[in-house]
This record gives sequence, C-alpha cells and structure tokens, in this order.
Amino acid sequence: MKVSLFATCLTNAFYPEVDLTMAKILKHLGHTIDVPEGQVCCGQIAFNSGYVDDAREVARTLINSFERSEVVVGPSGSCIAMIHHYYPTLFENEPVYLKKAEDLINKSYEFTQFIVDVLKKPDLGAHYSAKATYHPSCHATRLLGIGEAPLKLLQNVKGLELVPLPEAQLCCGFGGTFSVKMPKISEAMVAEKAEHVLESGADILLGLDMGCLMNISGYLEKINKPVKTMHIIQLLGEGMKS
Amino acid sequence: MTMYNLTTDQRVDEALANNFLRQATRRATDRLRNNKYKASEELGNWEQWRSAGESIRKHVISNLDFYLNQLIEQMEQRGVHVHLAKTPADAVGIVRNIVREHDAKNVLKSKSMISEEIHLNHALEEDGVAVVETDLGEYIIQIAGEPPSHIIVPAMHKTRQQVADLFEPIAGYALSSDTPTLTRFVRIQMREQFLRGDIGITGCNFAVADTGSIVMVTNEGNGRMVSTLPRVQITLMGMERIVPSFRELDVMLNLLARSATGQRLSSYTTILTPPKKTADSDGPEEYHLVILDHNRSEILGDKLFRTALNCIRCGACFNVCPVYRQLGGHAYGSVYSGPIGSVITPLLEKDWKKWGHLPYFSSLCGACSEACPVRIPLHDLLVKLRMRKTQSGHTPQVEQQIFKAYRYFFTREKTLRRALRLGAHLQWPFVRNHRISGGPPPLSNWTKSRTLPMVAPKPFMQVWADLNNKR
Repeated sequence: MKVSLFATCLTNAFYPEVDLTMAKILKHLGHTIDVPEGQVCCGQIAFNSGYVDDAREVARTLINSFERSEVVVGPSGSCIAMIHHYYPTLFENEPVYLKKAEDLINKSYEFTQFIVDVLKKPDLGAHYSAKATYHPSCHATRLLGIGEAPLKLLQNVKGLELVPLPEAQLCCGFGGTFSVKMPKISEAMVAEKAEHVLESGADILLGLDMGCLMNISGYLEKINKPVKTMHIIQLLGEGMKS
Repeated sequence: MTMYNLTTDQRVDEALANNFLRQATRRATDRLRNNKYKASEELGNWEQWRSAGESIRKHVISNLDFYLNQLIEQMEQRGVHVHLAKTPADAVGIVRNIVREHDAKNVLKSKSMISEEIHLNHALEEDGVAVVETDLGEYIIQIAGEPPSHIIVPAMHKTRQQVADLFEPIAGYALSSDTPTLTRFVRIQMREQFLRGDIGITGCNFAVADTGSIVMVTNEGNGRMVSTLPRVQITLMGMERIVPSFRELDVMLNLLARSATGQRLSSYTTILTPPKKTADSDGPEEYHLVILDHNRSEILGDKLFRTALNCIRCGACFNVCPVYRQLGGHAYGSVYSGPIGSVITPLLEKDWKKWGHLPYFSSLCGACSEACPVRIPLHDLLVKLRMRKTQSGHTPQVEQQIFKAYRYFFTREKTLRRALRLGAHLQWPFVRNHRISGGPPPLSNWTKSRTLPMVAPKPFMQVWADLNNKR
C-alpha cells in the first residue's frame, strides 16, 4: 500500500524523530511511504480558539496536499480527530471542499488505529523491557473512539509491563492554546496528571499524542521528577531495532 | 457576595489556593461520577436511554410553542395564574407583586436555579420579606451569602465545621460539627419556618404539558412542605423545562436521577397538578406559575446553540469536568458553573465583557459531552461560543494578530520550513539544559510551569526531503 504521512505541525517542528520512526515502521511493514509537500497542520489551533476562517484556510491547505493520497496516517489522535470531527462543520457551506474533506476523512487514520484496525498487525515483534503506563489522550479516546488499538500494540511488546494509570480518563490540561490562554488552570490539571503518573510507579509514560506528552513531561521536568516520556511510535521503533 | 467583585483571574487564584475546596470538589465529584456510572450501567443499555432522552428533548424544543401553549391552557383552565416573564427583572417584579398583594412576611423556598438566575432572594429581602431556603445546601449558602458552587450540591465547598460556625449566630450557641447535630438543628429551624410560611416558592424540574403538572425531584422532603403548607404557591420555571406527557417524563426522570446523584429515583418525586381541589386535604389554594424566558427564545432561534436548551440540569458534566474539578464553581463567577454554565451563561446574559471568559474554562477534552444524558455536544458548543466571540471582535488584538501570522505560515509549508530553521537558531538565548525556558508571553505562560523542547534543527519535512535527495 502507498501510505501518505501526515507529519503534524507539532512533531514536524519539535519531534521530527516521531514522524521519521513512523515512516520506518510502516516501511518495515512493506508499505511505500510518501510525505506530500505542502502539508502543515489540521487547523485545530485556530479552530479551537474560535478563529474559524483562519482554521479553514489551513485546513484547505492540508486537504489539497493529500488529495491524491490513497491512505493518510498521522501520529496524533487529536489532529486526526480534528479532521474527522470538525471538518464537516468547517466546510458545511462549501460543497466542493466538503466533498474533499469527506474523502480525507474516509482515508485518514491515527497511527495505532491504522496498524491494528486496518493493517491488522497488533504484534510488531518489538522487545522493550520496562514498566510503563499509558495516558489515553482525550481526543483519541472520545472523538475518535480509539480504545483498544494502542493497548493491543503495547501488550504485544515483549518485556513491557503495563501498569494502570490512576484516573487515566482525566485530561492532562494541555488543550492546545488552553495551556497558554488559561495557564494556571492548565497547570493545576497537569499537576494532578503528574501526581497520577508518579503514583502509577511506571518508569515510562506512553501516549499517542505528543501535545499531551510534551505537557506532562514538561511539568514533570519542571518539578524535577522526570519520568521518561515516549510516543508509542518511539517505543515500538526502539523495540523493533533489537 | 464578594466573589462578584473579583476579576476572573482573582477568582481562579483564590480557588487554586484553596486546597480544602479543591479536595472537597474532587471527592464530591468523584463520588457523584461513580454513582452515576453504576446507576447508568445497571440499566444495561444506557446509550439507548441517552438517545431516547436526546430525541425527547429535541422534539420538545422544536415544538416548544405548542407545548407551552398546552401547558398554559391546562393550568389556566384549572385557575392557576400563569405569568410570562421576558427578563429576570420581569420575573422578580411578578413575584414581588404577588408577595405584596398577600402582605406576606415569610417566604419559604425549595431549591430553584431560576431563583438564583434572577437573584430573587436579594430583591425580596430588600422589601423586608424574610426568605428561607429550605433545601439544606441552599440554606447553608444563603447564610453564607454565596451563590451555589454546584447546581445539584450547592454547598459542596463547605466543611462541616464551616457549616457549624455559620449556624452558631442563629442558634445562639456553638454547635458540634457532627452531621446528626447539624441536621437536627436545621430540622428544628425548618419545622418552625414551615408553619410560619405565607408563600411557598418552588422550582420545577419538569412541567408535563398535557396534564398541566409540575414535577420536582428532591431528596429532603422540603419541597413537599413548601408546596403543601403555605396557602399561596409560586413555581418558577425556565420556559424550556417541559415534557409532553407522563410517558416521556418516565424516561427523563430516570435520566435525571441516575445522572445527577446515581439514584434510581430521587427520594421524593413530587408531582403537583395545582391548585388544590376542594376534596384535597392540603396544597395551595392560590397557585402562580412564572415562566422565564431570559433570552431562551433567542437561543431557540439560533441553530448553533439550540441544543443548549436540551439540558435537564443534572450536573453530570460538572462531575467529569477536569477544569471544574480543580476550581469548584465560584471561580466561574456565574450562577450556573461547570461546562453547561460556561455554555448557557454567555447566551442568557449576552455580555462578552462580563462572561467572555467562560467559553475558555475548558480544555475541550470532551468529557462533558460524553457524560451528558441527553447528548448535548457541550465542548463543541464551547468552541462555537469562542467562534462567536471572535467574529464579533471581542478577542484581544494580539490574539487576532497571532492567528493572522499562523494562517500565513501554516498555509505555506516551504516558508514555514525556513522559519522553523531560523527559529532553531534564534531560540538559543532561551535554552537551558536543552530545553526552552523563560521567554516573553505567551511563551512564558507555558514555560512558567513546564519546560519546552527545543525547536528541532531540521523540521521533519526537511529531514524527509534531504533523505530522498540523497537516494
């Protein structure tokens, strides 16, 4: 299959290794990888802040760049949820783009969803010895309905002990611009999330959205309680090397 | 009510500094949330119940004119005085007049969020009327002079000791802070009050249109006393609080009790079909129904926000909200707090200056929408409110500029690539231990409490392009 990667603006700028590892894993599974130029962002930052016109322009750019793709995979539940959950509203008055948006919705997947539900490859043969916990990001869980896929991937990693994260359903307080628009509330939320991560006793915190992980690890570092934080993609990538 | 004089920021600071409040909020919302979970799961098909509730509410709201007319007709046929109040001031005026007409000195109230919405107590007290809140939680916050911190559990933020201290001046002696002592004290107080009440004021959870009945759910029995002892009764209702018939009421009562407190049914479900008939042994002889609009008609006509009227005021969204969990209700500054409060307050009050902060009291995690028993897409409505605020020019200039820049760079991938590489060079003054710290706002809003990773020397798009060129 020819798989087009959606690099997402956050990983593109701060965590290029996540995108690169995603490419490597998919290539390893025998797929042809392509990264269409021109793609930038799903538009969520502007959309969630109420700047719908700005969001629409950014969304159009994204839609255009994947127009000829067969299947689109991204390393973020939140960005894919933006496409699936909000693009229909965003383009409700533009029939041409609404159609294009629907095409993109029908062919786009969050990484774990794609590997487990589409490719049916829950076991990537990875080894990684560690005690880890998993934070189920809100948009992946509530907007995309991703529940089992990431867990299946992790359960198949040899040597990995998964421990429960208390109050896992609580938002970490990232919320995109929320974290800088309402910094005090956001801090209180991430402080509680950090409390639960430490409570879990895990050495590694895993997730499928770098936004949430950047927030939680940033706070843990600030309070000098660094817990190693990894995207599931990074863990799988490391685990598949051996 | 001091909290009304504080800025949003001050209220947030105050809430975050109050560890007791935060612990109490956590504990109470966890308990309510878990109870709700049990009570909804035991039905075995909660999603179907939600669908039923959603479609009943949608049907009622889409046909509100019809059902309101039916309700009013039923009520008036039996001699109930129905009053339509366009504004909170109108509603207060109507109640004031009734109280004056009867020369009433003592007014008893059972829990009513509408009375909070219109700030009724204050107005009646100005007229020299003694107003007694008979719901335990409402009684406590009335003495404290505070608005409710939760629509279901209004005094959630008070400790037993704080409650005992509040009661002391009324009792004239110090009370011990154990629950039996406190409730016994209130019970004795209330018994006297109930016998003295000239007028009873109640809220309304549902009004059944085809029979003209008022339904109240309570857990203390005070609602029944308020609606049977005084000779005159006034019921306050929001104009959207209607069910067509008892068939739909059955569904809605299940959804409400299970979602609010995790009960199968609240301890008291009171159904009144007023006024008292000759054969009835008790109940009010004169009955007034005040139906409040307060911009609800406008929300009804606004297709973006109409679903906000579907709310049945169960409070389930409060109990799952991670923002409410940290702050409690008072930081919102509004009578209705929590996710639904952040949605309806700006719509009811129509004042961005005063209530423009509310749509941002959410990380948009979606827990509220997931918890709502009638499937109101609460977090989507919050986004739409932000949109409305932005489009009406009420957001800061700086913010508008930031999003203009965002639009420029995030539609030009190659330009952004260059900008990111430039950023990777320019970030060095802010880098400590391979992390960005400090910096100007809004960056500092992040770095104050969190480290930020460095901008990568090469964005992925460049990494990928370089890899392919080498091949």
